Amino acid sequence: MASRLIERYMRGAYLPHIWCAGCGNGIILRDVVQAVDNLRLEKRDTVFVSGIGCSSRAVGYLDFDTLHTTHGRAIAFATGIKMARPELKVIVLTGDGDAAAIGGNHLIHAARRNIDLTVVVLNNNIYGMTGGQFSPTTPIGDFSTTTPYGGIDPDFDIPALAQAAGATYTARGTAYHAAQTTKLIEAAILHEGFSVVECVTTCPTYYGRKNHRGNAVEMLKWQRDNAIPVAQARNLPREALEGKIVYGELWRCQRPEYTRQYAAIIERAGGKKQ
Amino acid sequence: MAEGRRLLLHGNEAVVEGALAAGMRFFAGYPITPSTEIAERCALRLPQVGGRFIQMEDELASMAAVIGASVVGVKAMTATSGPGFSLMQENIGYAALAEIPCVIVDVQRAGPSTGMPTSPSQGDYMQARWGTHGDHPIIVISPSSAQEAYFETIRAFTLSERLRVPVILLMDETVGHLREGVELLDASEAAASDRLARDDAEQAEKPYAVLPGEYVPRLSPFGQGALYNITGLIHDDRGFPTSSKEAADRLCRRIMEKIAMNAGEIERYESRHMEDAQVCVVSFGGTARAVQAAVDAARGDGIRVGLFRPITVWPFPEAALGRICGRVRDIVVAELNGGQMKMEVERVAAGRCRVHHLGRVNGAILTPGEILAAIREVAG
Amino acid sequence: MKAKYEMLFTGAGGQGVILCSIILAEAAFLTGKNVAQSQSYGPEARGGLCRAELVIDEAKIVYPKVTHADFLLALTQASLDKYGPGVPADAMIVMDSSLQAPENLGSGNVVALPILYTASKVVGNVLTANIVSAGAIDALLGIAPGALLEQAMRMHIPWGTEAMNLLALGEGSKLGAAARRAARQ
Repeated sequence: MASRLIERYMRGAYLPHIWCAGCGNGIILRDVVQAVDNLRLEKRDTVFVSGIGCSSRAVGYLDFDTLHTTHGRAIAFATGIKMARPELKVIVLTGDGDAAAIGGNHLIHAARRNIDLTVVVLNNNIYGMTGGQFSPTTPIGDFSTTTPYGGIDPDFDIPALAQAAGATYTARGTAYHAAQTTKLIEAAILHEGFSVVECVTTCPTYYGRKNHRGNAVEMLKWQRDNAIPVAQARNLPREALEGKIVYGELWRCQRPEYTRQYAAIIERAGGKKQ
Repeated sequence: MAEGRRLLLHGNEAVVEGALAAGMRFFAGYPITPSTEIAERCALRLPQVGGRFIQMEDELASMAAVIGASVVGVKAMTATSGPGFSLMQENIGYAALAEIPCVIVDVQRAGPSTGMPTSPSQGDYMQARWGTHGDHPIIVISPSSAQEAYFETIRAFTLSERLRVPVILLMDETVGHLREGVELLDASEAAASDRLARDDAEQAEKPYAVLPGEYVPRLSPFGQGALYNITGLIHDDRGFPTSSKEAADRLCRRIMEKIAMNAGEIERYESRHMEDAQVCVVSFGGTARAVQAAVDAARGDGIRVGLFRPITVWPFPEAALGRICGRVRDIVVAELNGGQMKMEVERVAAGRCRVHHLGRVNGAILTPGEILAAIREVAG
Repeated sequence: MKAKYEMLFTGAGGQGVILCSIILAEAAFLTGKNVAQSQSYGPEARGGLCRAELVIDEAKIVYPKVTHADFLLALTQASLDKYGPGVPADAMIVMDSSLQAPENLGSGNVVALPILYTASKVVGNVLTANIVSAGAIDALLGIAPGALLEQAMRMHIPWGTEAMNLLALGEGSKLGAAARRAARQ
């Protein structure tokens, strides 16, 4: 049914997309659109915001109000939109470098506020747009153009980072597990509060080639064979999860949402009649 | 004019009241001396009028949030000082290229770097114009009293909304923390112009296209069904990234021309005792108060000296100053920096008169006595 | 008071001399005069020397800073020693009576008032020294009628401190009025 989704939600004139052959971003973007379709979100009430990088180009293909911002700042721009018009659904599409390196401060502070944004992080474990430098999610020891001897930087677990900072919904999906990932994105959009869905995607062009992971199909097969559902992972010893992808809903709780709390402040200050 | 309220406010407070009168309903900021009172008063006042305040994690985020709020049609402002102003520059450039209205208040402090946080300076004059990368338009306004801060903040919103350009309100600590009587207007009188929007078929197709004879696109706010793209990449009329040299040329020229073509509306300056002056003192912001006192005193001594004070400091009022350069023998530029506006004055003077500089970079202000001495020396 | 009157308020950070200047500025403003109030401000205001300036003028104020002080308030020895010698010969100096007047004061018109004693022992809170000062200065100089001074004070003090500060203002007024009578005799 991809064609119906394309017709309904995407800017056909701008397709095909700019991503490399074998890039997993297209699969994730389809998951996002499928989630939006399943939830019957109104186009005029939904805004997509992105930063800079391969994944952030995604918003250009979406037939919504779309804001393609500066590197790392998508969540901060989205915060302004949500504060100014809390009735809008605001969905951020971002990458691992965008969200966890240059934009890491905005990620944790938006999580701390529990502002109702849905952040979909397309994690390809590398800086693709600039040609294959290591990112904050490149596994330690892996190769990139700036770790020619293997990386010594430990990597971030983005959902764990967001949870520690106060996010009230976190999940992880993969490009391979498209149906499950769609459901996770749906749940994140429905959740009132700050939600983060890390979508592990594939970059055969840079990450795959630098680390001998094979072609796109082999990388997706690797995801199939190395992803562990969260319920199963909870019963496994830590060593068994080394180098694996734990996917599913990782964390969910309820805390007061930021713009709802601010509405109460407006009421208290007497500004509601305005 | 209906009877307004008169309050004792310092310059930073006057900025907030001006912004509220202009219809500002969103503020994002990060605490920094000597601008913090602006955030504090916004935190108190905005919810009273149904607006929203947020303290962000840094100035990068503050500027981003302001643009986000403006994209959905809410008049938005931030305030900062030197170090924070530096951090905001990238997103100010975004607002310039994507044509998102916003007002940025920079209450200057002595620098560079962390500098002297509580001391006055006018060292951000060039940064306000050239701080962000690439060729971009900007409007910069520098008031010299709390009352002027109030009115010029309203005008900053009008210019920003109508021309869809970031407007910098370049304050200095002297004005920001100076308490004076401020006449407030009724909201109905004060309301700044709103941005123009359209929602016809062409807008949906080409949101960045301008109507014949116009220079400013009439983008409708997000959330109203227009469904278009905004990007910091060079874009075509449809709002999508392009690598077309023609489209890039058209866009970059248009955003600069929209300022040039509206120069008359943007330009504002004060000219005092210039009719028969042989010496002109050029000054702006809080420093101009000391200059005016010195010029008045010098006139008392029979010295033919006048004051030229740009209020809109960018674009620089070169036509008005150019006429002066052809008439006077000497110009003294008095400013709290190492000679930033002097460079502009020299460019405009182009050798037609002598240009002297009275500057200060130590966190102290210029006094009327020092300026009077400089006038006497130049006048001979 | 002259048509244009320039005042300096000095003391230690935390004594509230800035608030004292703001209240007097507000009071003069309420009488319809033009005022310009400013301060040296920042970390030095937390313990070190602190200085506020107030210009009151019947005409429009061009230069808002003090160039020729008509008045100096000094609440600490350090501030008196620093700013006292620089005032013009016709300036009035109000100092706390616990201080020693240095020999090189710029003016001989010195009024010593027990401001800190009154705040701590009579009002019962040394933090009200600034309000005692405001009451005393207004009584000495006649900046604004008492009702406007009280209105000005109420605009700038924290909610819940009205009773204590009203007492401080009244005690200050008594100090100032007594000094004024003494000066006339």
